[in-house]
Amino acid sequence: MEPNTHPFILPQREILMLKLEKLTKVYPTGDKALTDVTLEIPSGQVVALIGPSGAGKSTLIRCINRLVSPTSGKAILDGTDLTALGAGGLRRERRRMGMIFQEYALVERLTVMENVLSGRLGYVGFWRSYFRKFPQKDVDEAFRLLDRVGLLAMADKRADELSGGQRQRVGIARALIQDPALLLVDEPTASLDPKTSRQIMRLICELCQERDLAAIINIHDVALAQMFVQRVIGLRFGVVQFDGPPEGLTPEVLTTIYGEEDWKETIQKVDEEDLQDDAS
Amino acid sequence: MPISSDKSGLKVWQRRDRNTQLLVWAGWLLGTMVFLYCWRQISDATEWFFVWDAPRIAADIGDRALPPRWAYINSLWEPIWDTLNIATLGTLFALVLAVPVAFLAARNTTPNRYIIRPIALLIIVSSRSINSLIWALLLVAVVGPGVFAGMLAITIRSIGFCAKLLYEAIEEIDQSQVEAITATGASRWQIMAYGIVPQIMPAFAGISVFRWDINIRESTVLGLVGAGGIGLQLQGSLNTLAWPQVSLILLVILFAVLISEWVSAKVRGAII
Amino acid sequence: MSRSSTLHADARLEDLVGSKWQKPPFITSSLLRWSLTIGALVYFVVAISSLDVNWSRVSEGLDRGLQFFLGFVNPDFTSRAVDIKEGLIESVEMTIASTVVGIFISIPIGLGAARNIAPLPVYLVCRSIVAVSRALNEIIVAILLVAIFGFGPLAGFLTLSFATIGFLAKLLAEEIEDMDKVQAEAVRATGSRWTQWINYGVQPQIMPRLIGLSIYRLDINFRESAVLGLVGAGGIGATLNTAFDRYEFDTAAAILLIIIIVVMMLEYLSGIIRAKVQ
Repeated sequence: MEPNTHPFILPQREILMLKLEKLTKVYPTGDKALTDVTLEIPSGQVVALIGPSGAGKSTLIRCINRLVSPTSGKAILDGTDLTALGAGGLRRERRRMGMIFQEYALVERLTVMENVLSGRLGYVGFWRSYFRKFPQKDVDEAFRLLDRVGLLAMADKRADELSGGQRQRVGIARALIQDPALLLVDEPTASLDPKTSRQIMRLICELCQERDLAAIINIHDVALAQMFVQRVIGLRFGVVQFDGPPEGLTPEVLTTIYGEEDWKETIQKVDEEDLQDDAS
Repeated sequence: MPISSDKSGLKVWQRRDRNTQLLVWAGWLLGTMVFLYCWRQISDATEWFFVWDAPRIAADIGDRALPPRWAYINSLWEPIWDTLNIATLGTLFALVLAVPVAFLAARNTTPNRYIIRPIALLIIVSSRSINSLIWALLLVAVVGPGVFAGMLAITIRSIGFCAKLLYEAIEEIDQSQVEAITATGASRWQIMAYGIVPQIMPAFAGISVFRWDINIRESTVLGLVGAGGIGLQLQGSLNTLAWPQVSLILLVILFAVLISEWVSAKVRGAII
Repeated sequence: MSRSSTLHADARLEDLVGSKWQKPPFITSSLLRWSLTIGALVYFVVAISSLDVNWSRVSEGLDRGLQFFLGFVNPDFTSRAVDIKEGLIESVEMTIASTVVGIFISIPIGLGAARNIAPLPVYLVCRSIVAVSRALNEIIVAILLVAIFGFGPLAGFLTLSFATIGFLAKLLAEEIEDMDKVQAEAVRATGSRWTQWINYGVQPQIMPRLIGLSIYRLDINFRESAVLGLVGAGGIGATLNTAFDRYEFDTAAAILLIIIIVVMMLEYLSGIIRAKVQ
């Protein structure tokens, strides 16, 4: 595969996929994790969410699929207000949001295939899923996705036998088999080495392009974010500090997001690394 | 950790400062006194004449008990089979009942923290606090003597044990795996089947075999109160002072315990 | 095999799409899997049928069961208050004395039963003491000791001490075998004697666990002391046995409630202490 220095240019549509309106989360301890986050993401756009640890990145994506319940504000997916849903409605909407986790969060003692198929749980009744009798089209799709992420031969291996990069590929397949409209990606590369990190980011962005998926990717590696996405949102103390194209991430902007530091050098160094990567 | 310095400035390592040290000494003193008092009470309740005579009696019993009456083994096969059944069926039924109790008792799966969880914990503690022999005593009075009472006693006693270990295992699971399954839009039961059950399976298998091993030991004595199994023969032989039979039964029990330990070690090794 | 349950490294997508998928079975050999399943089922059926439940006796007894249950709702602490009090005190005395003695004896035996610090002959002797103590059920030991030493709390005390040794020494030995070798080696490297080495290199590592286990054993010993009375080895079990024999279920319920409450208190206490030392 050709190494890529430029962000993917995805088709910009006017269809609005996700809209957050003044989303706020206050934890019972009194910590304000998010304050009045308002943003719109059109269909097919891949957005990187950057910010220091504790900025509220994880909370933000968990408030969208309501693994964490927001305190106030709205999250509207394709016209449906997620914050107002009851248990059944929430389950139906969750099927449309695939999630990829930092520590992969595979069910370690299940096989790769079972992990991928678990992405279909929202579509299948309890007993069918209990006896692993998934519809043939789900099984076929699981095989296709495993082939796409390069793990077809691993299908019957137990998840805990896989390496970190492989596990994250299974995590991606599990999210995609849901046939989602939106991907929520939480620090996909935090536990991976730099090379695997790039491969995983590239895979996620390619798949988003293939399937015209919108995605929010939490990431703390600014350089990696700049390489792959066409829009960056910077979060600090739960407040949006920056929202724009990756070229707009000047040292001044990074200072407002991360605090005082010699950013110029960091960015330059990253660029050099990038060039070396291309040269090789 | 207090470190005081003496005059020359050298640091003197001390585990505790003076007051704590005094408190520790007082604690030891109190403990020793309590122990001596307890010993005194036991000693007062003891007929020391018999105790001084004990070596002779022990030798006498040993004399009579050996060699064991090997022919008696033929009337032991059925009690041995009963004992095995009491332990195995008791463990099986206990596991069936312990699983829901454990899920109700674990903080992360209980449907209600303030009503249902305390009830589940109460079931666990009552079952665990009372020895299976006492349960057997009670059940013999209720359902009549026999294997059934023994099996029920083992079941009731094991529920608490298994449920306690199981709910601790449930509380220790990796929550991110559960989160991932939740995020797919899975229902409550699916989350349990995919996110929680696979994680606690090794613990469940280990607990089952561990408890089965214990139950083999316990079921050998249930017969003493009439709840079936080889203990019944032991009681009978003791009552008639048939010491050669007693020694054979004890050997059989010892053998059974060794086998059950071996089996449980094998099974545990295979599963985990 | 018609359909391989394990995928090969060169598996191709075209072959797999449209084929059925099954979770690979836990036991791969299908012969073994089926014989185990059928064997287990046959055993279950045979075992159940050999239970031989006398249902008419059970239905008669259910009335007693109900009485007992009502006894829990309305326990009678008073009519046998003296017996209960004496039995309970004796149980507590046996528990404390036997736990203390058991701990003191199990420490040297536990040290001896740890392969990494004891020479082989000592190890074998200590391990066999542990094995004998663990293999014999407390009740059986109590019966023998009652036969030898006569009725009374002494037999119970000795039984519980003996059982404590097997329990504590084994777990202690395992803890020592699992300990951090580097710390122990560092102390040894200073040229310390064996006793000093144990005191500085080993003891600090196992102390929290020893305290935790001792308290746990105290709890077990109390529970056990409640049954030893059934075979004449002292404690509250004798009172309980009498209550059952006379069908005084309300008194029996009172005794059981006391046992449950004491065990709960001990568990709560041990939780606090263990949290403190660890």
